[in-house]
Parts: sequence; C-alpha cells; structure tokens
Amino acid sequence: MSRLNIQKTYKLYIGGKFPRTESGRYFTINDNKGNLIANMCLASRKDFRNSVVIARNVQSSWANTTALNKGQILYRVAEMLEGRKEQFIAELIAQGETPANAKTEVLDAIDRLVYYAGWSDKYQQFFSAVNPVSSSHFNFSSVEPVGVVAVIAPENQSLLGLISVIAPAIVGGNTVVVLASETKPLTAISFAEVLNSSDVPGGVVNILTGKKAELAGQMASHMDVNSIIYCGTDEKLIKSISELASHNVKRTIFYKKHDWTNESCESPYLIEKTQEVKTTWHPTEI
Amino acid sequence: MIPNLNNLPVYDTTGVNERIARFCTRSIKASSKVEGLKLALSMIDLTTLEGKDTTRKVQQLCYKAMHPHDTLKNIPTVAAICVYPAFVKEAKKALHGSDIHVASVATAFPSGQSSLEVKLLDTKFAVDQGADEIDMVISRGEFLAGNYQYVFDEIAAVKEACGKAHLKVILETGELDTLDNVRKASEIAIYAGADFIKTSTGKIQPAATLPVTYVMLHAIKDYYLKTGKMIGMKPAGGISTSKIALQYLVMLNEVLGEKWMNKNYFRFGASSITNDILMQLVKSETGIYQSINYFSKD
Repeated sequence: MSRLNIQKTYKLYIGGKFPRTESGRYFTINDNKGNLIANMCLASRKDFRNSVVIARNVQSSWANTTALNKGQILYRVAEMLEGRKEQFIAELIAQGETPANAKTEVLDAIDRLVYYAGWSDKYQQFFSAVNPVSSSHFNFSSVEPVGVVAVIAPENQSLLGLISVIAPAIVGGNTVVVLASETKPLTAISFAEVLNSSDVPGGVVNILTGKKAELAGQMASHMDVNSIIYCGTDEKLIKSISELASHNVKRTIFYKKHDWTNESCESPYLIEKTQEVKTTWHPTEI
Repeated sequence: MIPNLNNLPVYDTTGVNERIARFCTRSIKASSKVEGLKLALSMIDLTTLEGKDTTRKVQQLCYKAMHPHDTLKNIPTVAAICVYPAFVKEAKKALHGSDIHVASVATAFPSGQSSLEVKLLDTKFAVDQGADEIDMVISRGEFLAGNYQYVFDEIAAVKEACGKAHLKVILETGELDTLDNVRKASEIAIYAGADFIKTSTGKIQPAATLPVTYVMLHAIKDYYLKTGKMIGMKPAGGISTSKIALQYLVMLNEVLGEKWMNKNYFRFGASSITNDILMQLVKSETGIYQSINYFSKD
C-alpha cells in the first residue's frame, strides 16, 4: 500500500511555543530548480512585538540562572543537535548547499555551541577587573547582559551563522528575538525544535521567519530592545538601522563576514559585544 | 425593597463565553483605536490599595493622574484615584483644582468582615475626609449563606451614610462562584441603591473577567429598561493591557450602548493599564514600539 509522506509545517518559535504568525500570511521557499520546498510563516511586526514582550519577561530569570546551568543548557543544545545532524544536513542540501559544505556547517555549528558553553562561567573573569584608583575606594568593573537583543541572521550558512550569533548573546544572559535567513529559513525553525527539547527556557530564543524589508525597521526602533545585530552587507540597511537604533541608544552590531566556519567566529569578545560594563565605587577605610 | 430573585435569567457559561469571544474579535480601525484608548484612559480609577501605601506614594499617584504623560498632547486625565480612607484628605489636597475625583474604599475593605456599625463609621470617615466616591464591599459570606436581606440592608445603610458621595458596590465576583450568583448580587446591589456595581477588590483571583462583567452589564440593562435609571459599571483588577480594555469597551457599547460610554457610567479599576495605554498612544503617534522604562511608574 502506498502512503503519503507527512510534510512538516514550519511555524514560528515564540516563548517556547510554535505558533503560526498572527497575520496568517506565508511565503514560499524553493530549491535551486524552482521546486517548492516549504511554505514559511511571514511574520508580522505584531509577532515581533509579542516576542519582545516575552523575551523581556524571561530575561532577568535567564540572566540569574547560574553560569554552570547556562553552560549545561548550551551543551545540551549541542547534544541534541548532534543527534539530529543528518536531518540538518539534508535540510541544508535541500536549501542549495553542497553535501560537503552542509556537513561542515552542521558539525561546526555543534562545536560552536560547545565552545560557548565552555565560556559560560569564564567570560565574567575575562572582562571584569579591579581598577586602580587614587581615592579611598574599592573600584571594580563587571559585565552584565544588555538585555533583549534583536538579531537579523545571515542569509547564507543559515544554521551556522545563526548559532554563531545567538550563542554568545544567550550565554551572556541576554534573550534574543531572531529574524531567520529570508532565503534559507528552514534550518532555523528546525533548530527551534532542538532548543525546545534542550532545557532552554521558553522565550530565551525566539525565532521568526519573514522579510527584512518589513521587520528590520521595527527591530531597530523598538524602545524595549537593547541591542541589534545585523549580519549582512546592505549599506543602506546598516544606515537605517543605525539611525533608528539611536532612539533608545541601542547597541548596534554589524557582521559583514561571509564565512562563518572561520575561527574568528569563536571568541569571548563576541560575548562581550552584548555585555554592559558596570563599574562600582565602593568606599573603603582610609 | 429587595427584588424578586427567583425570576432572574439563568446564565449558561458556554453561551456567555461564545458571546464574549465575538466581542474579542471585532476589528478596530487605527483611528478608532486611538479614540478608544483615550476614552479608556479617561475612565481609569487609578488605584493604590496596599498596606505599604504612604502619603508620598499617594501624592505621586495624584500627579500621575493629572499628568499621565506630558509629552503626549490632547490626552485626557484619568477619572479618579482610588485609595484607602486614611489617604483621602491628602489625595483631595493633591488633586485640588482638577476635576479628578477621589474614590475611597470603605466597609472593612477587602474582606468586609466587620460589624455594620464599624462599616458605617468607616464610610462616614472617608466621606468626611472629602471622598467623592465610596467603593464598598458586600458581605460575601452572608450572600452565599442566602441572607440576601442582610446584604441588601447593609448596602442601603452604607448608601445612606454616603450622603452625596457616589456609591460603588463591589461584589467580589471571584468569591461568588457562579454567573447566576453574580446576577443575583448585582440585582441586590442595584435595588439597594448602588450608583455603580464593581466586580472585584483586586485582592482575590480571578478578579474582573469579561464574562462576569457581561452578566453585570445585563443586570444594568434590565434595570434601565424597567426603571429608566442608569447604573454605572466598574470592572476592577486584572485588566492590564490596552487590548483587553478595548474589548471591554466593545462589549459595553454593544450591550448598553453609547450613553454608557463615558466616565460617569463606566470605570476601569486598575493601575498598570495606564502605562500600557500611554505606550500604545505613543506608538500610534510615532510608529515606534515603546518600553515601560520611559514612562513614570506611578
């Protein structure tokens, strides 16, 4: 007896759930030959707004999760991804990668998660300091997460690029709202399934699929977003993001790189990008 | 006199919920939404009812009532502020020169577990301090025990003690269990002389919900059809977003109509909703989603 394959419905990932877009809209993703691979949710600005509300609500509890626990959770994500790597390789190939590149990308993605999991209880020591001052104060600086980070993920290497950007942000105690690659969004939503089964609390990572043209402005201007990361080379967009981000002096981070397998993507300084330094002057005896 | 409580409509929860679901899916155009939000803002009873309230807190709240968000032009002030009797005098002073009312809870709020004598003294104290409105609680224990006459007489006595002050009667629907009980309590309160009926104290969960408010609006409607007198409605507690506020207004308009769509006949008992409405109004003016960090807390 013949049977029909059951196709996956790709939905959004908001607050640890997989809702459809509130707008009810979709867009299509084709492979290289023009065959339809999937219908994706075309997220609206309201989906983005709802995600930010949730990301804000869970941010402090995520930041207060112990460093050890955050590291364990990131490692757990790597474990889950390892177990499903064949699926991700196949999905990347469907989106147009060569088999060799697809494999490299997935393996690098797993390793990258492990890399940042390891930094979880270490970067604080790296970026904190006791500062020499000439008054009778004990003066020290430490880092704290900026808060809610909006991320426009890279178009290419849509899995590895996305992980390379969000891993340093969340290991640092931030919560993120990500707009996945516009042309290759499948792996982002499959990755959400991995996050969902890895003890990552709902709302720490929220993933939307949709159009930059529609959402980038909202992501850059939203007053309750503390930082925006844009991965891409569109100078016009970089300029407009910079202008809109100035409303609440958002921290803007632009990555123009094309190759996310590069070793330069593994660095504690990438964690520091979404950290705020707090310096304390503590009076001491003379 | 206490009305006949045996011929009241019986409420089917599923049916009420279906009706409510329809109010919640009305599409509202952007311009109407802005007007709706402004209307909702003008209907707020800005409330602080905590053991830790201080004079300064109340002064701060009064300032917020008069200046919800100064960078926004053409927005109304809130309708009233709602405090414990001990702060009525201070609030009156702080609001001097504005048309914002001072409402005070009374009658051994929130439980209402005291003697009638104490409750009347509580009410008189608040009125003497200058309260324009009194929010009383009914004796839920007596109500659930079936002593409807007791509840009726108590409300009538408090109404008398109020003098010129408006009386809002809190049913505390979260403790009444069924919609039929809510309807019964509404009838008793209205016939005993309530100017407003109010859902909740805000101290018990669930507080205001659309279904109980719907039932109470029905009681108001039936009373109006029978006597021509308009009674006000105040859902209180748990209304925290603009979206929900607009749903209440849609329901109000469709059940009672335009005559009720003003602060003389409808109030929101809430505090956090104020900033949410302000954030939405700024959003509609600037196109930029807002953060609570840029709005005053109280």
